[in-house]
Amino acid sequence: MPRPADPDPELQEDDNDDDEIMDDQEDGYTSSTTTSTVTWISWFCSLPGHEYFCEVTEDFIEDDFNLTGLNVMVPFWKEAMEMVMDIEPDEDAATKIPDVSIVESSAEMLYGLVHQRFILTRAGLQAMIDKYENNAFGVCPRVLCRSSTVVPCGRSDLPGLDTVKLYCPNCNDIYVPPSSRYQGVDGAFFGTTFAHLFFQSYRELAPAPFYKPPPPPSSTASSPSSNASAIEPASEAFVNPNPYGGQKRAEGAIYYPRIYGFKVSERAKSGPRMQWMRVRPESPEQLDRVDWRGHWIGEYSDDDDDDEDGGEMEMQDFDPDVTYEDDDDEEEEEEEEMQAEPPRASGSRRMVGAAGVVQSARTAPTAAGLRPPAPVKTQAINIPRIASSGQVRVVRQYIPAAA
Amino acid sequence: MFHRAVEEISTGSDSDYSRCWVSWFLSSKGNEYFCEVDEDFIVDRFNLTGLNSEVSNYNQALELITDNLDEDIQDDLRASLDVQARLLYGLIHARWIVTTRGLQKMLDKYKRVEFGRCPRVMCQQQPLLPVGLTDTPYQKSVKLYCGRCEDIYSPKSSRHAAIDGAYFGTTFPHLLFLIYPNLIPPKSGPPLDSASTMRNEPAEGGSRRRRNVRDEIQEAVAGDGADINTSSVALKVERYRPRIYGFQVNEVAKLQRWQEALRDRQVQRLEALEDR
Repeated sequence: MPRPADPDPELQEDDNDDDEIMDDQEDGYTSSTTTSTVTWISWFCSLPGHEYFCEVTEDFIEDDFNLTGLNVMVPFWKEAMEMVMDIEPDEDAATKIPDVSIVESSAEMLYGLVHQRFILTRAGLQAMIDKYENNAFGVCPRVLCRSSTVVPCGRSDLPGLDTVKLYCPNCNDIYVPPSSRYQGVDGAFFGTTFAHLFFQSYRELAPAPFYKPPPPPSSTASSPSSNASAIEPASEAFVNPNPYGGQKRAEGAIYYPRIYGFKVSERAKSGPRMQWMRVRPESPEQLDRVDWRGHWIGEYSDDDDDDEDGGEMEMQDFDPDVTYEDDDDEEEEEEEEMQAEPPRASGSRRMVGAAGVVQSARTAPTAAGLRPPAPVKTQAINIPRIASSGQVRVVRQYIPAAA
Repeated sequence: MFHRAVEEISTGSDSDYSRCWVSWFLSSKGNEYFCEVDEDFIVDRFNLTGLNSEVSNYNQALELITDNLDEDIQDDLRASLDVQARLLYGLIHARWIVTTRGLQKMLDKYKRVEFGRCPRVMCQQQPLLPVGLTDTPYQKSVKLYCGRCEDIYSPKSSRHAAIDGAYFGTTFPHLLFLIYPNLIPPKSGPPLDSASTMRNEPAEGGSRRRRNVRDEIQEAVAGDGADINTSSVALKVERYRPRIYGFQVNEVAKLQRWQEALRDRQVQRLEALEDR
C-alpha cells in the first residue's frame, strides 16, 4: 500500500491549533502563522509527490451520498474524517488511537478515494483542467508525441494495487511518472475513468484518431522529426467528422529505425514489428474498414485464425459466457464457407451470424439449460458441411428435437 | 568543466586516471551514456576520415583526447579546445559503437541498464539504448530506443537531454539487434536480461557480476539467431485500453482495432514469407 511520507507530528498539532484559530476567528495566534492557516487538504496537496491531486471541495466531502461505500474501505473512518475536515477530535476518541500515523494513513486513503470520485464531477474536472493547463502533469516521454500533455491515471479503482501512471491521449498509452516521488501515490486515487472522461469532456484537447502527414515541404528529410515545423502551414481549421471524437490535430508521426540511413526491412528478424501500435489512418473513413471484431470488412483470407485473438478479446467484453464456445464454431464454419463459395459482403453477414448466436443462446429452450448442450454440439458436427450464418443456427437447434 | 580537470591535474592526484582526458570525460557528470573508445581506434587515422572538416582545431583537439597536447597552451584556447575535443570524441564515439568491439562495450552497459528503462508501463521496465535522430551534430539531442515497443523516448534527466544525438548516431541500436537477434527483447513478460542481472545484484560482488554479465553476453552473442522467429511476436504485445466506468472509449477502441487489424495483416504477410 503506497503511503505518503510520514506526516510530521508537529504539523499535525499545528493542524489542530489551526481549528482553534478558525473557531476563534483568527484572533491573534500569530505564532504559528504559516502552517496554521492551511487546511489539511491544502497541506496534503502541497506535499512533495502530491502535485497531481486537486483540492476536493469541503461540501463534496460533507455530502454523505458522495462517500457511499467508502466507510468499509477506510479504517478509523470517523477519525480520518475529522482529520481531513480539520474538525477537533473528541477528547476520549483521541485517546483510543494508539498512533496518529495510523489515522494519517486512513485520512490519506479517505481523501484519495473521495478524490477519485470528485475528479469525475463537473467541479472536479474543472479543477483538473486548471492543473492541466498549468502543466502540472507533465508531458509524454515519447518523442514523437511532441510533448503532448498527459493526465494522471490509475490502473485500478481499488487502492493498494498499483501506483499512479500518466495517460497520453496522443499515443493512448500509459507511462511511469518521471520522478520517483510519485512512486508512493496510489493509482486508485485517480481511478481508471478520469483520464478518459477528461478527454471526452474536453474534446478540443483530445487528438483525433486519424492523421494526414503534411505534404513534404521541399525535400523529404530523412529523420521523421523533421516534420515538426511542417505542421504549422496547414492552417485551415481542423475538423473531426465525428463530433464525439477528439477535435485536435494528432501528432501522428511514427519512428522508422534506420541503419546507415536505410530503413530496416520488416523481413529482417530485427525488423519493425510494432509500428502498427502508433500508426493512424489518414482519413477517418479508413477506420470503418475494420469491423467490431477487428476484421477487415470485405476481405476474405485465411488469416481468420490470427484474427481470432483480437476478436475474442472484443468478445469477452460483451458477453463472455454466451459467445465463447459458439464463437469458435462460427469461425470454423466461416472458413468452410469461404472455401465453398465466393466471398460476398462479409461484415454485415458476420454481424448477423454473431447476433444469431447470441440470440439463440438467450432464447434457447429452457430444457436445454443455459448453454447449447453437448449433444447438440455433436449433432451439429455430424451435419457439418451445410454452411454458415444465423439461419443454420436455427436448424441446429431443431435437429435434436426432431430426432 | 575544464577547470575541474585542470585542478585535478595540478593538485597532483597521481593516478593515471586523472591525467587521461578520456577517463575524465567519461567520469564527468552527464556523460554516463558514453563508453570508452579504444585508443588504437582513435589513433588509426582511417577511422577519423572526414572528421577534420567537422571539427575546428582538429589536430589539437585530437592531441587533447590522446593526452599529447603541449602543456604551454593558453588557457582560453584550452577552453575552446575542450569543446572541440568533446565534439571530436562524440563523433568518434558514434563510429566506434557500430564496430564489433564498440557494440560489445555498449552491450555491457545495456546489460547493466545504464541507459535507463522504458517509461511505457506495458514494457515492464525494458532497458533502453541510446539513439540519435540525425548523424549531424548540433541538431537533435540524444533519445532512448526501446527494443520492446520499438519507439523512442526522451531521457528523464535534463543532463542527458543535453547530449548531442549525433554522438550515438541513428544506426547503433538497430545494428545491435540486427547482429545479435538473440538480444531482441520479448514482447511480453518481464525483460529477460535485466531480471537476471537484478537477481545477481544483491548477492554477488561487482566483479563477479560483471563476469556474469559478460558470460551472458557471450551466450547471447554466440547464437546466430537462426532459430529465432519474430514474425508473429507482435500478437503477444500488451496494450493499454482506455475505459470509462469499465467501457471502452468508442473512438479509441476503433483506432486500436484498426491498428490491430493492420498488425494482423503484417503478421500474416511475414508468416507467408516464412513459409516460403
